[in-house]
Amino acid sequence: MVFGTLFNKIKQGLAKTRQVFSGVASLFRLRGRVDKEFLARLEERLYLADVGPTATTQIVERVRKAYLDREISGDVEAFVKNELKSLLREQDNSLHLALNGPTVIIVAGINGSGKTTSIAKLAYRLSKEGRKVMLAACDTFRAAAVEQLTIWSQRIGCDIIKGQQGSDPGAVAFDACEAAKVRRADVLIIDTAGRLHTQAHLMRELEKIRKIASRQIEGAPHEVLLVLDATSGQNAIQQADSFKKAIQCTGIILAKLDGTAKGGAIVAIRQKVGLPVKFIGVGEKLEDLEVFDPDAYVEALFAE
Amino acid sequence: MFEGIQKSLSEALRRLTGRGRLTEDNIREGLAEVRRALLEADVNYNVANAFIQRVTERAVGQEVLKSIRPSEQIIKIVYDELVKLMGPVDHSIRFAKDRPTVIMLCGLQGSGKTTTAAKLALNLKEMGRKPMLVAADLQRPAAVDQLKVLGEQIQVPVYAEAGATPLKVCTNAVREAVRQGRDTVILDTAGRLHIDEMPMGELKEIDRLVKPDMVFLVCDAMTGQDAVNSSKAFNEALELNGVLLTKLDGDARGGAALSIKEVTKVPIKWIGVGEKLDRLEEFHPERMAQRILGQGDLLGLVERVARVQQSIDQEKLKEQQARLAKGDFTLEDFREQFATLRKMGVKQIMSMMPGMDGMLSETDEDPEQAFRRFQGMIDAMTPEERRNPHILDLSRRRRIAAGSGTQPHEVKKFVEQFEIVRSLMRQMMNMSLWERVKTVTGLNKMGAFLPGSQLLQKPKIGTGHRKSAKERAEERKKKRKKKR
Repeated sequence: MVFGTLFNKIKQGLAKTRQVFSGVASLFRLRGRVDKEFLARLEERLYLADVGPTATTQIVERVRKAYLDREISGDVEAFVKNELKSLLREQDNSLHLALNGPTVIIVAGINGSGKTTSIAKLAYRLSKEGRKVMLAACDTFRAAAVEQLTIWSQRIGCDIIKGQQGSDPGAVAFDACEAAKVRRADVLIIDTAGRLHTQAHLMRELEKIRKIASRQIEGAPHEVLLVLDATSGQNAIQQADSFKKAIQCTGIILAKLDGTAKGGAIVAIRQKVGLPVKFIGVGEKLEDLEVFDPDAYVEALFAE
Repeated sequence: MFEGIQKSLSEALRRLTGRGRLTEDNIREGLAEVRRALLEADVNYNVANAFIQRVTERAVGQEVLKSIRPSEQIIKIVYDELVKLMGPVDHSIRFAKDRPTVIMLCGLQGSGKTTTAAKLALNLKEMGRKPMLVAADLQRPAAVDQLKVLGEQIQVPVYAEAGATPLKVCTNAVREAVRQGRDTVILDTAGRLHIDEMPMGELKEIDRLVKPDMVFLVCDAMTGQDAVNSSKAFNEALELNGVLLTKLDGDARGGAALSIKEVTKVPIKWIGVGEKLDRLEEFHPERMAQRILGQGDLLGLVERVARVQQSIDQEKLKEQQARLAKGDFTLEDFREQFATLRKMGVKQIMSMMPGMDGMLSETDEDPEQAFRRFQGMIDAMTPEERRNPHILDLSRRRRIAAGSGTQPHEVKKFVEQFEIVRSLMRQMMNMSLWERVKTVTGLNKMGAFLPGSQLLQKPKIGTGHRKSAKERAEERKKKRKKKR
């Protein structure tokens, strides 16, 4: 069963996440009625998962309206789960690939969010599916970032286009697009330097990379993925918002979901920014990248 | 950096102060807003609740209601409690006398350990120590290379070893430090998840066998509720001596800063406020609290200005001041000023000024970028033009625009702005550099530097007919005479 294995994977990845959320599960096993104390505990659990004020207030308020003074039962549990699921459900969280010619995927994010590792995982996944993957090392700013990506490309066994440290990332992107066409690559993944979303000039540099890709390859970029650190809190919303505005992000890779962090900020992001989560990073190995499934995610959060 | 928390907090506080009379009820209501602001800023749920509890207890007490200005009293209570929450901090590092002092950095993946290690090394170097960096992160591909590159940039030796375990690297590094006569060793360890037993064990082993004098946790300011979990886990495993909070130059509300101390009792010692390697500053709870409450961080600003002032050629400064006094401040000098401002980090300076926070976000233009463009324009001018910008005509402007990648009208506007600035500069001649910064950035506030601003420009009055070149030249002459 495909769903079964996927479910287990996420469950494993979220093992620690569950510890926190299992508080919610045990919450539902409380005896008695839905009262002020029950609601306060529900609120605490949601806050601790980084779900944030807006969504938390909303869910707690709805539970209060629907169940105040009623017996705590499976209904309440199903209700909370449904609320979370409906906040996360997305019509389309698949990866869009070009019909013919190379698919261009730009990956961006703030410093240390896990871009390079996520790219390696994504490249590994796509090449496992039989696609010819090429990487473009456009992080020419951080010391040794190019080397880091090169090592990954050797492990995966895919081509990499790179420039010198300190060279113009736009030029590398240009070369990579040309190379992808000539060598008939199926997918070109462009790594970019980490930048804080508040650095306007660096955001413009991203725009430039995007423009170059779209000029060189028709329909490119087919995907612009933002890598978010699951440990980050409400600031993730600002990140998603700024990156979406600057380079029209199409989706999110939620990295580092294998820690105790719960990545609850994606609920608020879905609400406020409307970016779908496409992949989640659930470990340090190359195969630890999973397609995001909101139902499985919420279920795994509550599973025993 | 704390603008977010500050904005919502000051909003909540404004609501409190907006009321003439305070009752217990509306204090509670206002403080509920403060609580939400804290939670929005990722302050740990329990910490936020306890904080509000403490403030409420003091605020609804007799102390406040009987005071002459109850709302100010409440803000003072919030300030006091904030300082208490984050402090006290001891910035000193205990250095061993007879052997190299070993400092170990640890933290989650991507928190900024390697960069911070280099920043710390640079800081220690400036203090007169002889640091050595140790590349003990053998997990992340190319992490060793990264540290080597950084070490080269700041001219600090980096110890690395191929094919050894991290523990081996660390022990050998300390021996090597003794041999090379380095007095401080900074261990850059691999990032890890605090829940992984295995690598945590590796850290513990280094801790046990290398016996670092200090263990610092590097923590990302954007961390959410998890900050408490990870700092707790690291503290239990390694007994932390301090925390270095990184990435505070973004718009992270930095709630982590408020939570970590409360939960682990480990103080935050330094903060990273930029990508450049000299952007590591001491953490001051009082200043941070002032900043959170929107009162600016003037002390921090003065300190930074002083630091840059050291690096400026004093001779040049005097010369400049002399010219200023005479009133012939040229574009050449203007350019110097820009360079100085940029060295200090324009944006940061502005965010440290009370009431300046909002100004920057109002415009899309990055001031540093704008300054760079102005510099470009000046660079594209001939020495003659720099001394006498009034000789600029259309063809000269075109050339300058082409040479600096700008538009002729931008050059024109810039020169007009320069005239305004020059007249202001004359008034500023007796000010210190710090006052000058204030005035210049204050000018920015009025919009003189910002593209598209018309605020300080004289409105043009139509003359009815198009003048010939000769007429225009004559007019310029007249204007110049008048000015003198």
